[in-house]
Amino acid sequence: MPIIDHATFEELKQMSGEDFINELIDTFIEDAPTMIAEMKSALEGDDADTFRRAAHSMKSNAATFGANELAELAKELEILGKDNKLNETGDSLKSMEEAYASAKEELEALKSA
Amino acid sequence: MKTSHDPGHLLIVDDNRVNRLLLTRALEQHGHQVETAENGKIAMDMLRADPFDVILLDIDMPVMDGFEVLEALLKDDELRDLPVVMTSASDELDRVVKCIEMGAEDYLVKPLNPVLLRARINASLEKKRLRDEQRKLFRTFATPEVADQLLKEGFSLGGKHVTASVMFTDIRSFTTLSEKQDPADTIEMLNDYFALMFDAITANHGTVNQMEGDGLMAIFGAPAYHEEHRTHAVNAALEMVELIKSFNEQRTMQNKSEIKIGIGIATGKVIAGYTGTQHRATYTCVGDTVNLASRIESHTKVVGKPILIDKYTRDGLTDEVLVDDLGEVTFKGKIQAINIFAVK
Repeated sequence: MPIIDHATFEELKQMSGEDFINELIDTFIEDAPTMIAEMKSALEGDDADTFRRAAHSMKSNAATFGANELAELAKELEILGKDNKLNETGDSLKSMEEAYASAKEELEALKSA
Repeated sequence: MKTSHDPGHLLIVDDNRVNRLLLTRALEQHGHQVETAENGKIAMDMLRADPFDVILLDIDMPVMDGFEVLEALLKDDELRDLPVVMTSASDELDRVVKCIEMGAEDYLVKPLNPVLLRARINASLEKKRLRDEQRKLFRTFATPEVADQLLKEGFSLGGKHVTASVMFTDIRSFTTLSEKQDPADTIEMLNDYFALMFDAITANHGTVNQMEGDGLMAIFGAPAYHEEHRTHAVNAALEMVELIKSFNEQRTMQNKSEIKIGIGIATGKVIAGYTGTQHRATYTCVGDTVNLASRIESHTKVVGKPILIDKYTRDGLTDEVLVDDLGEVTFKGKIQAINIFAVK
């Protein structure tokens, strides 16, 4: 699976306008660390709802940029949060974090010059 | 259709900053004016402060979520018709169905498809435009109070018994008058006359139900009941007579003949409701009180007074309104004699 789905990204660019895609990428990269931090602290505090909400936002943003693997991982975590099964997350959050790091790198490279 | 591409004033409600930015830029590219809110509460405040054409609403939000916004919109007479397009993830379609049941117009799945985005927004703007037009049409032809009732309660034929004051008005010797003047002048005069009468009636909480030739029928105290309906009707009549005075001054200056009006008011039980078909109907009322008001209006010719009322209307007035007791009159087709008063 490519880190960023090309077709989705091109469609996004078309929708937002070429000039604006960088601003959109920056916003995602600015907000993502907060979402990951929220998920971590929610996991520690066993706060399933906050966990679910942050995972939902991560999933939504990842899907917007065509970061499909990241979106899948975030979605799995969102479902665990929804089902109140935070004890079953295992290494998933760590995998999601790694997927985010790759997506971030790729998106930085995809920015318009 | 050209009109569907007219720019709109859109409100995006989403707690996710990426979604807000993307939707804003995408819709601004289509020429729309876009504003954003990060939760339902902020959105409701904005909606109450400014007119918007379409809302794009996220479901899952802190403080006030999409469901709560839909509920609040339904309860608000001014906002309940505003088209709402839900924006949701593809895995929450069951919740979208609930939103549609709660009054949302349509939905868009995130990540957004640019073609669908454009189409759904244009369709919703078109719906908004049609609803605004319908509202305007209601207000033009059905008077504000009937329009409000229609918009609030929906349209259904069928009547109910209400106590109300019924008013009939017409122009004295209108036939002679219209024979003497140019037909175009007659129509212009009628338009001015009706505009003045409408103003006086609606300003005093009345509803005009019928216009025929130079005649006008209005009801006070229905569709919205008001305790003071008798006073409202008489105040409207007094205002109408005053307005005709200034109207005549204007006509004299233009070398045109003066007009005189007669007004009859009766109060009592009437059957009021919508009559007609689903496609064309008017708010009207029928019953003895209506017939009586019509007879009293005709009687103004006999006694040469502009405003005549029945006893029941008289009983609802304060002492500030001066009346002459004209005694009892037996009208054609009526068995009981009616006590009639002239308002001074």
